[in-house]
Amino acid sequence: MEDIKLMKGNEVLAYAAIRCGADGYFGYPITPQSEVLETLTELRPWETTGMVVLQAESEVASINMVYGGASAGKRVMTSTSSPGLSLMCEGLSYLAGAELPCVVIDVSRGGPGLGTIQASQADYFQVVKGGGHGDYRTPVLAPNSVQEMNDFVELAFDLAFKYLNPVVILADGVIGQMMEKVKLSPQKPRRTEAQIRKECPWAALGKGSERKARNIVTSCYIDPETMERHNRKLQEKYDRMERDEVRCEEIETADAEYILVAYGVSSRICAKVVEDARSEGLRVGLIRPITLFPFPAGAIRRAVERGVRGFLSVELSMGQMIEDVRSAAGDARLPVRHFGRTGGIIHSPREVYDALKRLMTETGGLQ
Amino acid sequence: MKEEIIIAGFGGQGVLSMGKILAYSGVMQGQEVSWIPSYGPEMRGGTANVTVILSDRKISSPVLQEFDTGIVLNQQSLDKFEESVKPGGTLLYDPNGITRPPHRQDLAVYTIDAAVEAARSGNAKVFNMFVLGAFLQIKPLVTIENVIEGLRHSLPERAHKMIPANEAALRRGMELVKRAE
Repeated sequence: MEDIKLMKGNEVLAYAAIRCGADGYFGYPITPQSEVLETLTELRPWETTGMVVLQAESEVASINMVYGGASAGKRVMTSTSSPGLSLMCEGLSYLAGAELPCVVIDVSRGGPGLGTIQASQADYFQVVKGGGHGDYRTPVLAPNSVQEMNDFVELAFDLAFKYLNPVVILADGVIGQMMEKVKLSPQKPRRTEAQIRKECPWAALGKGSERKARNIVTSCYIDPETMERHNRKLQEKYDRMERDEVRCEEIETADAEYILVAYGVSSRICAKVVEDARSEGLRVGLIRPITLFPFPAGAIRRAVERGVRGFLSVELSMGQMIEDVRSAAGDARLPVRHFGRTGGIIHSPREVYDALKRLMTETGGLQ
Repeated sequence: MKEEIIIAGFGGQGVLSMGKILAYSGVMQGQEVSWIPSYGPEMRGGTANVTVILSDRKISSPVLQEFDTGIVLNQQSLDKFEESVKPGGTLLYDPNGITRPPHRQDLAVYTIDAAVEAARSGNAKVFNMFVLGAFLQIKPLVTIENVIEGLRHSLPERAHKMIPANEAALRRGMELVKRAE
């Protein structure tokens, strides 16, 4: 009881960063995630764990400070919202190219452009398919509760250091702004310089290093053959992620005739739709991708093999994840539809249920 | 037990903090809770609202289209949310400033003269506690002890000296709530 708190998702991100032993946070305020930097500033971790918290002059500066910290083997992160992420995409590509571990959080809002400050899930393409230029991928974690906002920060750092790659947490304005019960992780110490030296043989640690060879952190390979070799090496890493890091949650899918596919706040709304549908005797289930890359294509394929009659991809966008659902389903005759409100409007459970019933009626699943 | 509540009024009336105290009381009571505010430009001088769910079981969707209880503290919120209360649900409002009272016949409608009472008490800040007291009189979902415990957790330490005044307002709100004619 003692350590159960009621907190906003954004506040929890700040606590989780400190408690998992992060070395640095560099950020620039933007709604709906400004509480991350605000909470970090209130908590003053530089006086306790020694974690650096810095408000940069822009998102471009933030992501490049992350590049600098990561180059030295530090556990560093930033957080932003959609327009801010656009500014960070060059840096993300450089981080991926240079194989630097870091955590980037996008608490997304409505776009395109300056858009609206209300919640949205329209950054799927940008975050999941790259965002920056070049052949690179980043693991993407999609929390759907305040508890997962806590749990995924440490998981993201673990993945980032396992693969030497940026890891993105893609949340949305609702998960960032809502309060739920949360059990915060215990405080872990930051890694010592000696531990970093041992665990990050690639890191640029400056003068005084006992290493003989000089480490160079770069994403620049002028020679095409070297560049291609580097890209193949990166691709092997992304293949390993696709093999080993798929995470997803399935609700009532075993006998489901129709399956909702949703992540983040939409998956919570869809969980209620499944409850309502089941109470009316309809065989409806939910597949919730927890990792958006790697996408849980296997769960979709298994549902197809079990004879599911249709999928409804529910996103706060005009339909982006649906492309991955469709590709995983693999059968052009199988109905894969999209439903979603956009621009900061959150679909209600009833709107989703109505869309599901339309799909079921049109495909013979509902008389 | 599952109670889905919308609380709505002007920004500055303590709508969001009332929801937070109620949610924290639920945590103290061992319930599952969720709290989602409206956030955005409409909060400045406009309306603010918050959805609070208290439940014995895991909460699926924190986003709802209809509510067991509507607590509305100005005319705009009454106009906006009266239709969102489930048939047979509860509507609690402060009649101060209301020129078009609720019309629905299928709701249990209650009033609380919180604005008047807050002015009389000389402490406008406890306005929302009169309202919360009124709600808990109608639906005793959490104990007063757990509300106090919730206050202790949601208020910063320096505001703890305000807890007795809040408790008094809660109890006064419980006495003042009336079933609407």
